[in-house]
Parts: sequence; C-alpha cells; structure tokens
Amino acid sequence: MSSPSVVKAGPVVGIAPGATQGPPRSRRVGLTPTLALLLGAVYCLLPVAWVVIAATKSGSELFSTFTFLPGTGLADNLSGLSAYRDGIYWRWMGNSALYAGLGALLSTAVSAISGYALAIYRFRGRETVFNILLAGVLMPPVILAIPQYLLLARVDLADTYWSVLLPLVLSPYGVYLSRIYAAAAVPRDVVEAGRMDGAGEWRIFTRIALPMMVPGLVTVFLFQFVAVWNNFLLPYIMLSDDEKFPITLGLFTLLEQGSNTPALYTLVITGALLAVLPLIALFLVIQRFWSLDLLSGAVKS
Amino acid sequence: MPNTKQRRFVATAVAVALGATTLAACGGSDDDSEAPSGPANLTYWTWTPGMDKVVDLWNKGPGKEQEITVTVKKQASGDTLVTKILTAHKAGKGPDLVQAEYQALPTLVSNDAVADISGDAKAAKSKFAEGVWQQTTLGTDAVYAIPQDIGPMMFYYREDLFEEYGLTVPTTWDEFAETARALKQKAPDVDLTTFSANDSGLFAGLAQQAGAQWWTTEGDKWKVGIDDAASQKVADFWGGLVKEGAIDNQPMYTPAWNKALNTGRQIAWLSAVWAPGTLTTAAPDTKGKWRMAPLPQWSKGEDVTGSWGGSSTAVTTDSRHRAAAARFAAWLNTDRDALTALAKEGGIYPASTSAQLSDAFAEPPAFFSNQTDFYAGAAEIAKTTAPSAWGPNVNVAYTTFKDAFGAAAKSRSDFGAALATMQDDTVADLKKQGFEVAE
Repeated sequence: MSSPSVVKAGPVVGIAPGATQGPPRSRRVGLTPTLALLLGAVYCLLPVAWVVIAATKSGSELFSTFTFLPGTGLADNLSGLSAYRDGIYWRWMGNSALYAGLGALLSTAVSAISGYALAIYRFRGRETVFNILLAGVLMPPVILAIPQYLLLARVDLADTYWSVLLPLVLSPYGVYLSRIYAAAAVPRDVVEAGRMDGAGEWRIFTRIALPMMVPGLVTVFLFQFVAVWNNFLLPYIMLSDDEKFPITLGLFTLLEQGSNTPALYTLVITGALLAVLPLIALFLVIQRFWSLDLLSGAVKS
Repeated sequence: MPNTKQRRFVATAVAVALGATTLAACGGSDDDSEAPSGPANLTYWTWTPGMDKVVDLWNKGPGKEQEITVTVKKQASGDTLVTKILTAHKAGKGPDLVQAEYQALPTLVSNDAVADISGDAKAAKSKFAEGVWQQTTLGTDAVYAIPQDIGPMMFYYREDLFEEYGLTVPTTWDEFAETARALKQKAPDVDLTTFSANDSGLFAGLAQQAGAQWWTTEGDKWKVGIDDAASQKVADFWGGLVKEGAIDNQPMYTPAWNKALNTGRQIAWLSAVWAPGTLTTAAPDTKGKWRMAPLPQWSKGEDVTGSWGGSSTAVTTDSRHRAAAARFAAWLNTDRDALTALAKEGGIYPASTSAQLSDAFAEPPAFFSNQTDFYAGAAEIAKTTAPSAWGPNVNVAYTTFKDAFGAAAKSRSDFGAALATMQDDTVADLKKQGFEVAE
C-alpha cells in the first residue's frame, strides 16, 4: 500500500475531498493502480482459494455445498490420495521433483556456461549462434515434443527418465537470459584482471564470474523448475509407464478413467493442491538470492 | 479401398510436426507367420482401473503355462491416447496391446497401427452379440480387436419425482416430448433433462438408435451420412424441444449440472449402462431414488437402443508377438474369471453376452439398490443395440459437433444447420486426408 502518500496527505485530512489540491491528487493517483493490482490479485488468488477449499470437501460435499464453504473431508482426501494404488501419487511427486530439480539444475548449468561464453568471448559465428538461440526462444516447446520423441525413440531412450530430462537441458530462454545477465553483471575488466593474475579460463568462470551471475542463474533455475514441474506434453508423449509419470500426467490419468469410472475429482483436487506447495516453498526459499548484489563494488567506474 | 494413401495425421498442434506420410489404409496383408517361439513379454496400454490385478490372474495362470507375461501401463483415456498410440507407432515403439474405443478403431486401422488378428481371434466371435462384434471387423473379413465393454443406452429417471409430478415413463419419443411439456407446466423451474452438446457420444448414440449410419463404404470410397434422414429426425426433435424451452440447454458434467441432478431440478438423464457410476459422484444425495428403463422408441413396439462408450482390446502392428497378444486379448474378454475380475476391479460392463449375466452382475449397482433386476434389464437392452458405423475421422466430426451444436443449443436455434455443418466439415476433412468420398 502507498503509505508514504498517506503520510503526505496527513495535513489535509478533514478538508472535503475534491476541494483539495496537490497532495490528495497524488493519493488518488496511487489509489487507481492499487485497486487495479488488488483486482489482479483477487483474479489470481480466487482459483487458488477454490482449490484450497475444494480440497477440504468430501465427494458428497464437492458439488452440493456452497463453493467457498470449507468441507469436512480433508483428512479423508489426503489418506485416499495416499492409498490410491499403493501411494503412487507420492511416486509421481518424487518423479516430478527429480525431473524438475535435476532438469532445472542441468539446464541452469548449461545456460550459465553458454551464456557466459556468448557474453565474454568474441568468436566467429557468435552472433549467428545467438540469433539461432533467439529463434529458439520464440519456438514453443510443444512443437518440438513429437520430433524429440521420434529421435529419442530411435536411440531407444523413449519411456526412460532420460527422455524427459534430456530435451530440457538446453533451454534457449535460459541461455538468452544468462548471456544478457553475464554481459551486465560480469565486467570485462574483472575477467581481464583474473587473467593478469594468472587464473585459467575455467578458474575465472567458476571462481569469479559464476558468483556474480548467481542472481540471474537463480531466475533461470526458478523459471526452468516451474516450467518442468508444469510440463505436460513432453512427458505425455515420451512416457508410457505410469511409474515414471510426473505429477501432471498422473493427475490426468486420475481424471480420464474412461466412461465406466467416474473421475476422481476429490483426489485430483487434493493432489493438485499438494502439487503446488513445493513450488510455493521453492519461491519463498530462493527469492532471497535475488537481492544478492555480489561484488558490486569490484570495479570503479 | 486403395492400398496406400497420402494421409495427413491431424491431431491439434501435432499435425504441424508430422506432416504427410504414406501409410497403408485399412490394414493390408500383415500375416507375419511368427511361430510362438519362446517366452513373450507383452506391454498393454489401458485406462481401465485395476487392470493390473486382472492381468496378474493371467500372469499367474494361463500366461505362466504359455510363457506369455503381460505388463500393464496405465494411460489416460480419450482421443489423446489415440494420438499417443499413432505417435508411438510412427517410431515403431508402440506397445503390444492397446485399449481402444470402438469409434477410434477405424482411425487406428487406417493408420496401420492395429493388426488383423482374425487367425487367432475368430473363436471368440460366438461370445459376442453380432452388432458388437461387427464394430471390431469394420465390416471386413479381418478382426482388429476383441470387444471388452459396451455402453448400451438407457433412460434414467427419478422414480420418486416422476410419481410426485404424476408422470409416466415415456416409451416413445413423442411421449418423451409430452412428458417434458407436462413437467414444464406443473413445475416451470424443473426440467426433464437437458440437451448437452459437450459429449458427442450421446448424440451419436441417439442417431444410431434412429438408424443413422454415419460412415459407410461404397466400393473404395467413404460415404458420410451424418446429415442423413435419421440423424435429421433426431436433430430436429431435440432442436424443437430446446427451442420451445421444454428441456434445458445447459451442458452436462458441469458443477451446475451435478447440482441440478442432486437437487431434483433435472429429473431424468439419457445415458448408458455406466450411468450409476457418474450419478454416484454427480448426485450423491439421490441414491436409491433413480430407476432405469429402456430408451424411448421412435415408433411404438420397436425395441432398439444406441450405444455410448465401450472399448476393445487391440493388438498393434508393432508387436513382435501378435499371436501371443491375440491369445491374451481373447482370454481377457472371454474368460469367466477374467471378466468377473474386470467387473469387480474395473467396473466395466462386459461386451461378452454370457458375462453380462454372471454372478458379478447378480446384484444391482449400489446406487440403484432399489432396482434389483437392474443388470437383467441391462442385458436385455444390450441385445437390442443397433449396429454402429464409425469412420476414420470420428474425432473431427465430434469436435465439429461440440462447436456447432454447442452454439445452436445455446442460442436455441436450428439444429439442422448444425448437422449440415458437421457433415460438411467431416467430408472436407476426409478429402483433405486423401480419402475418396462418395457424394
């Protein structure tokens, strides 16, 4: 909220609104964006609230009681979810953690090293490589899923953990972001200074440049993690064994059980709620790295 | 039918990536005379819940003797699975066995994804009703799948509310319309049922009951009859009811629909044999208050129903153990123990006629405990299922149905125009795919 403007408006409290000039005007200007943002927040949070409340409802309450009236079935839903096919839900959760965690880590590593190289070194074809990457950023990954499947099937990697991990390792957007960030955050002077002091290129990258790039890399990691966690089409096409399914795919099979069996709405809703928690936790834990401004005083300008 | 065709694989965004490829249409000769040599490990894509437990019976019993082990890989049902099977087939990595809805079989066959198993499966024919078996042969000498479950359509109604409003169960569609109007007069805020455009299977089943044949072959050409007289009759009937406001026009399977059923604002539902499962979650408070009756007929004395849903077990052309896979498919859908387990674990209504009266179906579904002869009645109705005729682009017809009829139902406008749109789009897509179409 715009507390500073409220303080400013202090002296004119008591004057009829409309008759005021100056400070109240700035207050009114502050009010509109605040309202717009609040509206946006409600728009975003309402579905979340729905999921939270619906997860507490039992099967018989789900569609029959008032939408935002909490139900009594949360414990049953949780135990039902854990019991479903001997707890396969938790296996899906573990798979998702593996795909998203390892996938985002690998992809961040690749992005860091390529982004750094593209930003610091000058070599023939650098702009071409970068332009191809830019084209990659514009290409929706959905389009690539089928060709990737056909290629991986040829080398017998379809329906393995690798089939989901490998296509994620190169993230054009991650490389793009890393390059931009490295160009801004790693001064060439620092790299030169490292060379003067006799450090090898690898040492300069790992010991000097990498720490400077951390805030940017955290962003890349988070973006990738969320993207992989929510990924659907790639694992859908790659995997046929439901022991390897990520959570998105697992919940989908709970919904689409064929016409003979009703969709397991309560389990899916509870499962969806639990599946968002790791993402929220991750954001809360990692976001403090964003404020890092390492070595910002290393170079005099 | 010509042997090869330029076929375009159309399934949402996938199309862009795959492009045109040459594939054999409608099977062809693929009798790889493989001797059943050595042990076979088969993979099976299915969405039926509890299928792993049924397959365990095989792996510990007949499968063990014949050294055929089957592994279940549980999938999500629906059109997306067809896309997935075709993609896997393109890479030559399809599973050995797949579960396929009847209306998806022509698509799989024309992409050469499922194999002709007539050699190993002919013996199973006697276990199924003629109309059911015909769906897996597509009217040829080949056998592309073994029927697993069926969805004969029925009329479900609230027994208590019918009594309260003084209504009788309609036996003809004229009576059905009268019942809807009578109810509107007595209780203007209550609807007999709704015309929903979000599940094409319902309308397809109703058209099938009226005698529609949406896809047929004429020589080596496809003939599309979506806009035929029978379908027009059905479309006009429902369009008229929606237009005069005798029934609701809201889609089903929504929370609002659940609520309407649960609170008695909609007191009947045209559905199939699997309706008890849906009602259990949609309208939990109405347990024991429903009753099932045969579908209303177009003329008095007739006895025909359509089907909505149902699936089969098919062997893929990618399988290296087709004979073994066909043996398993036949066992799964004809063996007594297997079918009992399927009914218990998977909740399916078996296609096999003898299984429909087995011990597993002695008791009515829990939601219909008041109607003790539920399954005896269901088996009688199942016998009257009209033959169906599916083609290679059911998905396109269904998508157009949802769009065209969805709009028509919402605006309470002419259903006949929507049906014509559906016909045109389906024909245009067939032509685009390279099939010859008889006009």
